[in-house]
This record gives sequence, C-alpha cells and structure tokens, in this order.
Amino acid sequence: MKFSGLRVLKEGLTGNVGWTPHWRDPEPKPEYDVLIIGGGGHGLSTAYYLAKNHGMTNVAVLEKGYIGGGNIGRNTTIVRANYFLPGNSEFYSHSLKLWEGLEEDLNYNVMHSQRGIINLFHSDGQRDAFVRRGNAMVNQGDDAILLDREGVRAHLPYLDFENTRFPIYGGLYHPRGGTARHDAVAWGYARGADMRGVDLLQNCEVTGIDIENGTVRGVQTTRGAIRAKKVGIVVAGRSSQVAAMAGMRLPIESHVLQAFVTEGLKPCIDHVVTFGMGHFYISQSDKGGLVFGGDLDFYASYASRGNLPTAEHVMEAGMTLMPMIGKAKLLRSWGGIMDMTPDGSPIIDKTDTEGLFIDCGWCYGGFKAVPASGYAFAHLMATGQLHETAAAFRLDRFRTGRGILDEEGTGSQHNLH
Amino acid sequence: MRLTCPICGARDRREFYYQGDAVALDRPAPGAGVQAWDDYVHLRDNPAGPRRELWHHEAGCGAWLVVERNTTTHEVHGVTLAMAVAEARR
Repeated sequence: MKFSGLRVLKEGLTGNVGWTPHWRDPEPKPEYDVLIIGGGGHGLSTAYYLAKNHGMTNVAVLEKGYIGGGNIGRNTTIVRANYFLPGNSEFYSHSLKLWEGLEEDLNYNVMHSQRGIINLFHSDGQRDAFVRRGNAMVNQGDDAILLDREGVRAHLPYLDFENTRFPIYGGLYHPRGGTARHDAVAWGYARGADMRGVDLLQNCEVTGIDIENGTVRGVQTTRGAIRAKKVGIVVAGRSSQVAAMAGMRLPIESHVLQAFVTEGLKPCIDHVVTFGMGHFYISQSDKGGLVFGGDLDFYASYASRGNLPTAEHVMEAGMTLMPMIGKAKLLRSWGGIMDMTPDGSPIIDKTDTEGLFIDCGWCYGGFKAVPASGYAFAHLMATGQLHETAAAFRLDRFRTGRGILDEEGTGSQHNLH
Repeated sequence: MRLTCPICGARDRREFYYQGDAVALDRPAPGAGVQAWDDYVHLRDNPAGPRRELWHHEAGCGAWLVVERNTTTHEVHGVTLAMAVAEARR
C-alpha cells in the first residue's frame, strides 16, 4: 500500500475502507540470516537498512512488547546535528541528512519539522563555548548562526529578558534542527522493513542467547528457539540484561530521564528552545502540547518514572526562562530508561562472540540518531566493517582509554553524564 | 524517594548525592591489571532489581552510605554507613 495525496483523497471519498495494516504479524521461522533483538527505533531502522542497502531480507526483529512501545514512544522528539567532537559530529551530521530524505525514502509522513533549535547562553564564557561549538558544526558542513540578545528577541520575544540573575546574552541557532513525530518514525521504519520481507515478531521476548565455541547460533525466545548466523542487540535501557545472556558486562548504567507535556495550547513556541542555566528544553507539538524535559534524576532506575525533585527543577527552570507558560496545565509526565555510558557517547561494535553485535549506550540522545544508527549498524552486521560515520563508537574505548568521546568535557566516569 | 541516614534519620532525596554502584568500595590494587580496573571503573552488572549503591549525605552529616535499593520500584531496603561496611571487612 503506497501513500499519496491522491490515495488520501480517494479513501476520504470512499469511506476509508481501503487502508490495510502497515505490517504483517508473521509466525517465527526456525531460522533467519540475521536476528535483531529489540523492535525500537534503532532496531527497526537497522532491519530496514539491512534490507534496503544490503539486500538482506531473511531478517527478523524480536520485540518483547509491541512495535513503538519503548523509548521511541517516550522521548521529546528532537532532531539535531549540533555535536562538537570529531567522531560524533560526522555521525549526527549523517543522521540529519538521512532525516531530511526520510519521508520520501519511507513513503511515510514522520512529520519531520525543521523549525530550528536555539540554545541560549547567559554568560561570556558560555558564549565562547557556543562560538566554538558553532564553528565545529559549520566545519562539519552543518548550519549554525550566533544570535546576539536582540537576535534572540526577534525569534523568541516571550522570554524573560529582564531576568537579572540569568540574563540572556544570545543563542546558538541551528535552523535545520527541529522535531519529528516519534511514533511515526517507528511505524515508518517497521512498514518499510516489513515491505521488504523482514519479519517483525512482537510479544517475542529473548530469554537466552545460544553460543557454541565462541560463535552465536541463535536465541531462545518466549515464542520458541530461533537459529541465526548473526544476532544484533539493540535494546537501549535493557542492554545490560540482554548482554548478560551472552556472558558480557557492559560499561552501562540505566538511568531515568523524565519528560512532561501540557494540555494543548494555541501555537506559541515555534522553535526548540534550551535554557543554558538550568535543565530545561521545550518545543510545542503539532497537537499544541508543550513538550519539555530536563536532566536525569541521577540514580540508577528501570522504573520508567522519576521523582519530584527533578520535576520541580524542570518546572522552576521553565518558569525562570518563560513565565508565560505558568498557567498551562501539566497533562502527563513520564520517564524513559537511558542506557548511560561513562563518556556519554554510544557504542556500535562487534563483540568478542563471533556473529554477535551490539548497538547501545545512546544515553539521552538516541532519537535523532535513529536513522544513522540503523544505517551504520546494518553496515557493520552485513559487511563486518565499521561504517565511516560511526567508526569511533568502539566498545573497548573505556578499557584502553583510546578514543573517549566525552562531548561535555566532564570526564569518562559513570554518573558524570 | 527518601533515604534513612543512620546518623540523621529519614531525609529527602535532595540531601543526597548518588555516586553509583557500591563496587566503589572494592578498589583493586594499583597493579591489579587492566581488566580489574576496567571492571572497577567502567563495567557494571546494572541489575533491574535489588542493588547496592554508594550515596553521599552531602547536605547532611557528610557520611558515605551503602544503600540497598530496588531499581525497578525505587524501594529502599536498607542504609548502612559505608565506613561500617569497610571496617567489617578488615
């Protein structure tokens, strides 16, 4: 089923009875060439690019719940390429280029909206840091514009420019940044993979990984044993549990990150805006809800919910920056499980087990990486070679100390990112 | 979430700094080798369930605490002074 304007018109005039399910619900086969553990954004895009770029279609995605039920449906939907370090910079730049062609590629409306991101700064030191970051972005071929105070006011007249404690000095404007509809990204990749022959197996929890003589042979699942030549682990916050099935310990600690949404309001916030003096960032969804979040709760958690101190901090920071949102009623809050690495950067690599690969450690920045992560992980699983845009995301960098990707410059240690 | 400090009593989570897994109490010898230090600094069991952690009562008495906590429910099962844990091992 192909989507088009004509099709929407035709279905609208004939009672919308011609729409069909977006993907099949197949029974597991006893054997596949490739198994992807995890039917989230990264797993689905991996399956899609295995089929599209490498012609590998005897592939199954194993999802313990339902497609789109994990972090891909629990984030704040921001898409950007404003990274600083070589190793990260080219990867996120590649991802943004994939985003820009994604809807045509998938024939699916993911509501990618390049509304621009403005990172505010509030001191001379912060300004210098953003100048440096902006130059790194421009050197990478992406876009960055330094706004002074009046430049920010032209875009964001509703900020509290009179605040004496946190004065707004300016902002780094990234016009190609923006948001996308997170669920649609999962659905679009799922549909695209399914159309190319990939089996999406839902309610199929992996309970064991079969390894013989250092080579992966397949997995045990709640829907029976499945054999495979190659297996990829792409399970975000649950990475440590699945890796343990293969006898691995990972440099990961799972934390909770909260996000919030208000009741639907008329359009008032046109960009993605981040506060530089507190943990707060915000955008407005197409439904009108203000979607905002802050930093981690800063303790290990699998609870998918956080505690009040962080919620309070985020609200206070929001009220400090833009008092106009004070009367909006909070509708929902939720928490996602973040697979935090010591340096805050991800891992896309082989493991010591032949045929077993891992894509994890996305910390709190996995959503924007969905296209490029799947692209690079599919390349690695199909060819055995690291993709050039993701060659720095090595699993052993913590042990060797070589190639640490500490974007924030705070140190490579758990609890610092 | 509240933690019951053995010295100060039940206090709000805001008073405490989370250090991480209680593995920090098991510092290897300087010459223990790369793998032992990788295990200590980077690699984690990261369990979904009961876990031993190191917290610092930074806005209270300043004691380091070993907290037994469930990461799926946030239930706190026990808090002991890290010093007492370390001394019991000697």
